[in-house]
Amino acid sequence: MLDNLASATTKPKMSARDVRVFYGPKEAIKGVSIDIDMDNVVAFIGPSGCGKSTFLRTLNRMNDTIPIARVEGDITLDGENIYSSSMDVVQLRARVGMVFQKPNPFPKSIYDNVAYGPRIHGLAPNKAELDQIVENSLVRAGLWNEVKDRLQDSGTALSGGQQQRLCIARAIAVDPEVILMDEPCSALDPIATAKIEELIHELRGRYAIVIVTHNMQQAARVSQKTAFFHLGTMVEYGDTSDIFTNPREERTRDYITGRYG
Amino acid sequence: MTATPPTASPSSRKTDWMGDAMQRRIARRYAAERRFKFLGLAAVAVSSLFLAFLLVVMVGNGAKGFVTTEATLTIDLPAATGSISPDQLTGPQLSATMASIDVRRIFDQAVQAQYGEDGARYFASTAWTALRDQLVENPNLVMGETSFWLPTSSDIDRAAKDRSTPEAERDYAALTKAGEVRQSFNMQFLTGSDGTDPARVGIWGALKGSLITMVVTLFLAFPVGVLAAVYLEEYAPKNRFTDLIEVSINNLAAVPSIIFGLLGLAVFLQFLSMPRSAALVGGLTLALMTMPVIVIAARNAIKAVPPSIREAAMGVGASPIQVVFHHVLPLAIPGIMTGTIIGMARALGETAPLLMIGMRAFTTTPPDGLTDPATVLPVQIFLWSDEVNRGFVEKTSAAIIVLLVFLLTMNAIAVYLRNRFETRW
Repeated sequence: MLDNLASATTKPKMSARDVRVFYGPKEAIKGVSIDIDMDNVVAFIGPSGCGKSTFLRTLNRMNDTIPIARVEGDITLDGENIYSSSMDVVQLRARVGMVFQKPNPFPKSIYDNVAYGPRIHGLAPNKAELDQIVENSLVRAGLWNEVKDRLQDSGTALSGGQQQRLCIARAIAVDPEVILMDEPCSALDPIATAKIEELIHELRGRYAIVIVTHNMQQAARVSQKTAFFHLGTMVEYGDTSDIFTNPREERTRDYITGRYG
Repeated sequence: MTATPPTASPSSRKTDWMGDAMQRRIARRYAAERRFKFLGLAAVAVSSLFLAFLLVVMVGNGAKGFVTTEATLTIDLPAATGSISPDQLTGPQLSATMASIDVRRIFDQAVQAQYGEDGARYFASTAWTALRDQLVENPNLVMGETSFWLPTSSDIDRAAKDRSTPEAERDYAALTKAGEVRQSFNMQFLTGSDGTDPARVGIWGALKGSLITMVVTLFLAFPVGVLAAVYLEEYAPKNRFTDLIEVSINNLAAVPSIIFGLLGLAVFLQFLSMPRSAALVGGLTLALMTMPVIVIAARNAIKAVPPSIREAAMGVGASPIQVVFHHVLPLAIPGIMTGTIIGMARALGETAPLLMIGMRAFTTTPPDGLTDPATVLPVQIFLWSDEVNRGFVEKTSAAIIVLLVFLLTMNAIAVYLRNRFETRW
């Protein structure tokens, strides 16, 4: 487990300390602390409604759009508090990209889907460089060969798996530091799922990746670290191999072995 | 506790799909379906019938309004005018010449010479203006003797088209026998304005008034309505104050239009001292009335944009204004335009509020700007339908046809634009 040794010595990319999220009076996340580093894919597992998606969405402040949601505690990106007033939320979301549960390409062309982020952030000074960014992103998302001849077709005309890879291409086009994936394969068939998982392997190291999944085999396949959530708390966080073979907590073992959840 | 079932418990009873009771239930279900289909078809048929009836009656009556009856009048112009040159009827000399030659007198003399002492009864009381217009249009006519086709009196016009007084019928028969009468397309109706003589009135003044008013309404109500909707949907906090605004807007959309007329009268005419009868004030008043409709439609259209698109845009770091203008509005535009079409169509057909701000003025020249006295099509229809002169009946129907054509054109353009903006998913 060389990865784990390395990560122990490097500074975490993102870290959360005693994070609590309230929806009105209801406490949805009850004090979660976690470190996310560049070298490991982190998987969040847990039964439905345990708060793993809610916690994921606090990491790029997507919960800001819910008026009754309130976040307490500290979350830092490279040591800077992302909830401080000096943090620009628009820039934060560019640095911490997100891939959603349901593929949600814009009803625009494939090219415009990928080019949208670089355009609004002014990442490409001219058309040639923008073309290059679009191509690189699609190549990295493993979609280039399938769409290179029809970049002007609508992104919504692609198959579900292709749409999800398009969304990943869109996220990496703005060159983020962290990518959050909220059950990215739950709407996909096994072949498309396998492609996304392979993609996650290839993206690892270049971006810090956090993935929420219901599928424990998937967590075991793609992640190096796993966090088990239950009823708004993080029960256990550790190396994926340990969590799945030798969990410390009773609740983790029950969930892994399918006794509930 | 409920009573115990007389037969076996539901869980153990086997459903008899082929039994009589089940077959009857299925038959009833089909009968209900057939009944519903028939009722729907009947409703469509009845409304089509009404529409067809309306169209047939309108076109039948109105078509005559586009036709005019004319009789000839031969005038030896060099003799009558004292040999003026064509140049005197052009450019800056025109008004001076017109004052000196007195077209009306020339007309009266020619009529008496050709048709006898009371020959004036054959012609419309304003037929001399048609003579004047023809002279101005073609000044070379003053060089010789010319036969002019001039509009007949309203009675003879009706005798030619339908039925009229016995004298008019006799006069028409005499004219026809002499070959001195014809029917032709009434260009004056499309190019002229309101007047007292049905033979010479036109719709252009009212049409232009409607056009200017609609432009003012659209340019005010559309941006203000859409921006208000965007603000309320995307930015405004949800609290009691915004709830109050929402309720007020919904109520505003249901306020009778004449109330908006009173509001326009009080605010624009009395408080802001804007000119009476002007298309600008009409447009402002109708904009007040149309805006709530656009706000409501736009809010619904914005609400219908899937949240996943907003999340996707925010997820790549789009700012709120970029989310709205790059993603939400383009997807909401078709819905917004549907609401705008409905609101504008209602505004176009509105009479009552415009009466309140004086747009029922008798205007014989088309408006040239926002502040000129103007009238609009529905008000013109209202005014003509109120006229005593029988000749205005067909003009009223013809004006209705023009209004309907205007409305259909406006809607067709809007629907075309909406379909162009529609994003294919």
